[in-house]
Amino acid sequence: MAKSSIAAIDWITVLLFILLVGFGWGNIYSSSYSDEVFSITDLSQVYSKQGLWIVLSIFLIIVTQAIEVKFYEGFAGVIFVGSLVSLLGLFVFGKTISGATSWYNLGFMSIQPSEFAKAATALALAKFLSDMQTNIKRVNHQLKAFLIIALPALIIVPQPDPGSALVYAAFFFPLYREGLAPIYLIIGASAAILFVATLLFGPLLVVIGAVLFVLGFLMMQFMNLHHERRSRTYTLIIIVILALCVLRYTLSMTTIVETLTAYLEILVPILNYSILGILALVIGFFIGLLSKGTATQRQKPNYLMYIATLAVIVGFCYSVSYIYTNVFEERHRNRFDIVLGKAVDAKGIGYNTNQSQIAIGSGGWFGKGWKEGTQTKGGFVPEQHTDYIFSTVGEEWGFLGSTLVILLFVFLLIRLLILAERQKSQFSRVYGYSVVGVLFVHFAVNVGMVIGLLPTVGIPLPFFSYGGSGLWGFTVLLFIFIKLDANRVNEW
Amino acid sequence: MRKLLLYLVIIVTGVVFISRLFYLQIYNTSYAALSEDNAIKILYDYPQRGAIYDRNGKLLVSNQPSYDVMVIPRELKSFDTLEFCSVLNITKEKLIKQLKKARVYSPRIPSVVIPQLTKDEYAYLQEKMRKFSGFYIQQRSLRDYHTHNAANVLGYIGEVNDALIQKNNYYQSGDLIGIDGVEKQYEKQLRGIKGVKYIQKDRFNRDIGPYKEGIFDTLPVNGQDLTITLDGELQAYGELLMQNKRGGIVALEPASGEILALVTAPSYKPELLVGRKRSPNFTKLYYDTIAKPLFDRGVKGEYPPGSPFKTINALIALQEGVVTLEDRFSCNMGYRYGRSSKLGCHSHAGPLNMIPGISNSCNAYFANVYRRIIEKYDTPQEGIDRWKKHVQSFGMGKYLGNDLSAGRPGKIPGSKEYNRRYEYPKYKWYATATLSNAIGQGEVLTTPIQMANFTAAIGNKGYYHTPHIIKAVDGNPIEEENYTKRKYTTIDTKHFAPVIEGMHQVFTMGTARSLQSKDIDICGKTGTAENYVRIKGKRMQLTDHSVFVAFAPKDNPKIALAVFVENGYWGSRYAGRIATLMVEKYLKKQIERTDLEDWILTHSLEEEYAKPYSEEPFTINH
Repeated sequence: MAKSSIAAIDWITVLLFILLVGFGWGNIYSSSYSDEVFSITDLSQVYSKQGLWIVLSIFLIIVTQAIEVKFYEGFAGVIFVGSLVSLLGLFVFGKTISGATSWYNLGFMSIQPSEFAKAATALALAKFLSDMQTNIKRVNHQLKAFLIIALPALIIVPQPDPGSALVYAAFFFPLYREGLAPIYLIIGASAAILFVATLLFGPLLVVIGAVLFVLGFLMMQFMNLHHERRSRTYTLIIIVILALCVLRYTLSMTTIVETLTAYLEILVPILNYSILGILALVIGFFIGLLSKGTATQRQKPNYLMYIATLAVIVGFCYSVSYIYTNVFEERHRNRFDIVLGKAVDAKGIGYNTNQSQIAIGSGGWFGKGWKEGTQTKGGFVPEQHTDYIFSTVGEEWGFLGSTLVILLFVFLLIRLLILAERQKSQFSRVYGYSVVGVLFVHFAVNVGMVIGLLPTVGIPLPFFSYGGSGLWGFTVLLFIFIKLDANRVNEW
Repeated sequence: MRKLLLYLVIIVTGVVFISRLFYLQIYNTSYAALSEDNAIKILYDYPQRGAIYDRNGKLLVSNQPSYDVMVIPRELKSFDTLEFCSVLNITKEKLIKQLKKARVYSPRIPSVVIPQLTKDEYAYLQEKMRKFSGFYIQQRSLRDYHTHNAANVLGYIGEVNDALIQKNNYYQSGDLIGIDGVEKQYEKQLRGIKGVKYIQKDRFNRDIGPYKEGIFDTLPVNGQDLTITLDGELQAYGELLMQNKRGGIVALEPASGEILALVTAPSYKPELLVGRKRSPNFTKLYYDTIAKPLFDRGVKGEYPPGSPFKTINALIALQEGVVTLEDRFSCNMGYRYGRSSKLGCHSHAGPLNMIPGISNSCNAYFANVYRRIIEKYDTPQEGIDRWKKHVQSFGMGKYLGNDLSAGRPGKIPGSKEYNRRYEYPKYKWYATATLSNAIGQGEVLTTPIQMANFTAAIGNKGYYHTPHIIKAVDGNPIEEENYTKRKYTTIDTKHFAPVIEGMHQVFTMGTARSLQSKDIDICGKTGTAENYVRIKGKRMQLTDHSVFVAFAPKDNPKIALAVFVENGYWGSRYAGRIATLMVEKYLKKQIERTDLEDWILTHSLEEEYAKPYSEEPFTINH
């Protein structure tokens, strides 16, 4: 049995894993070596420790491959409970490192149980969803699934480590794949958009926008009822406008704010509102188009529904604004303000983000070369070998190097998605989706933060960032899936 | 749809990230510039400033090391203040004050605690320094003067000001720059070129070694040594003679235009403006608005030239052909013109022709000559402009255009000035209205260096070299055309002989008979210039200025000079004595007429200068 499953291992994934870990170690070496001569085996050095963790992870890989698939499935619940206990134990035996009580001190090293809890949660969720009796369309089963996801997150938040807790949002991907109603995702995405928009433009403007958005949606609904064919032309126009908006966003979030402020100063407010309003109308129109042909579109509009939605939006926007100013702490507000371009503070709160952007920006096309990064050498970017390791890539390997890393991650995630889709057992598929979700959230949040698109959230870049627990956690998470995938031929 | 969502999200994220990276790394280059700014420190390696030598190779200015005790407040640890203070010989209060000041300035950037220690203090402190963390000693280079003279010529150096830093990117805050004199004028040659070192810094601004193993670093280029035209000994002697007097001496080498001595009195010792003492001393000098020790009278004092100017009028008259050498003019204690106007003169034998006219300095003679010049032409306007052109060809009435850091154009009036003054064409004016020009009074103003220059031009029989101070750079003689090329006056060479003879007779039988030196064939001209001042809004006449120009020897002169002694009364009284002593010193290297020297050294004009400020009635010219 062992023989056949080694042959069935997906070597593409393993290769991508090796490339990421190897390149990651190179960058950790560059960002932490000093000119004083240290042996590579001297464990006082960050890079040699990471080297040791990498070597030890080989044993973990062997162990994960040696364990029977049935064990993972059968003991998922036990593993999950054990993981929860290990998280709870932190409140008693935990060791505090940089403000968070997230570690067990084992003497020679510190272990962060939350890094392993992700794999445990993934197993538990897979086990629950693959149960014959579970139907994700039923509300009580949905609640149970949410509970599995929320339990470890709720224990991690007060450590405090909100970043690691945030990662658990990733488990909505497998839920959605398994049939969770899209309304959850729509509500979630809308809430996020409204949240950011309220912070940027204030509640009044957003509410006006939302009203116009709903009007646009309504308009589309009427149009669909009467002139179905005309809509294709509109679709094209709207896609172009949206593409422009996305382009604007990627160039710099600050630019949007600046442009809008400039407009505000030049044009009379009415004209300005109308620009935002037209945008909202257009987007509503587009969303309406997307849902064309669905049941709602053929019915007459349900005005009560529209009014209720609007009321919820108004309530949400004003409470966001209230919570933001009255409940959020200064440091949280600062992080958002910097990313949203509302505040510029290159020396204080924005220091990390600013320095990492300077380091990346100074890389140019080809970078300054390995170990040649002046920003890296100077230690201008805090936490560079851990959360900000990507800035070293950007400075020393330039646009080409950092693009390569992005592509490696994208390839790995897509490869894993393909693997997940080809699973015959629901257990393996859910687990695969969980792996993709967790890795994706880590990748997106970390890189987004380093390149200044997202607020500062302290979570590592998988396989890249320095840290034994992180590396082992991701390795275990990934290789359990590789084991499951290799074993799919033996499934019935 | 459910299967596609995550694919879509992953790919969109990848695209967004890559476009953002493109924006950061390729499109927006300001991030790259920022990185250079905060990771690389530029350190400058200051070269030695060039030394300055006099024309005989005597060292005038070099450099001396000086040691500043610096502090970086952030790196201070508790230390034995008592020991520190006793080592540096300062009070504890002073130390606390200095540390506070440094901390306010910047906790990270070094500040000076005690500036400019001597070598001995440094040697002692060096041993102890390691005990005091946060302090270190920085070596600087200061000017070291080997002369107490010529401060007005040499100038001084000081910290560059912000306005200049903005304009010239060579300088950084705290750099030293020549502010006056030769130091200013030849700053570029003297300063050399700073070396640059690029140092890789870490986020605490600490140095962590040379950037890229120093491939971009450059070595400093030392400043060039200057040889200036000054004769150190003559300059010193001039300053000695001018003690207790105000005025200036400018001595030139006629054949080259080199400035042999440029004395202004009162002056100051150059070492007063070095290092730690510079600021208080400068303030003291700057606020002495009566004696004005910072005012270089030799090049900036615009005075009526007085009688020496008559030689120019004689030359113009000969050139214009309005008089012959034999034309005699009578003098009856002056020259009467109009109904009651008279240009007074002293008693002498008469009537005189040109040569004795010069040697006796007869005002009436030159009044006649001047009228003939102006009246040669149809209108006085034409005449005076013609006259002005001749005068200007001697370098008067305009900037000389030399390498001194200061200068004044003086003033030679023309038709424009007189038309304005007399409201022409409403009223007409005639030669007599400008008659004081005949004797170098009235509207004519010249600086002593301009007078020395026209004297040199007379000695050269018709040309001069622009007076200049630079002789050689790093031992290579200058080749600048402005200084090496002869500048010809508008007077033909043949007309100079009689004027020179007249100037020679000034000593043999004229106004400076008493100043003859037995074996120097000297030519000169006395001058006594009336002058007025305005003190507290009241215009009052003061004792005349004593003026003298001379060159020697008569043929192929080696020195030409102008001496101007404010309120020294008649020409041969102060200026004449000083001028002949200077000539004797330069040509014979020693003084034989010690009685003359003693007279000058023992006579002071301080009393004369105090008169107008005494607020009591006073008499002049006695």
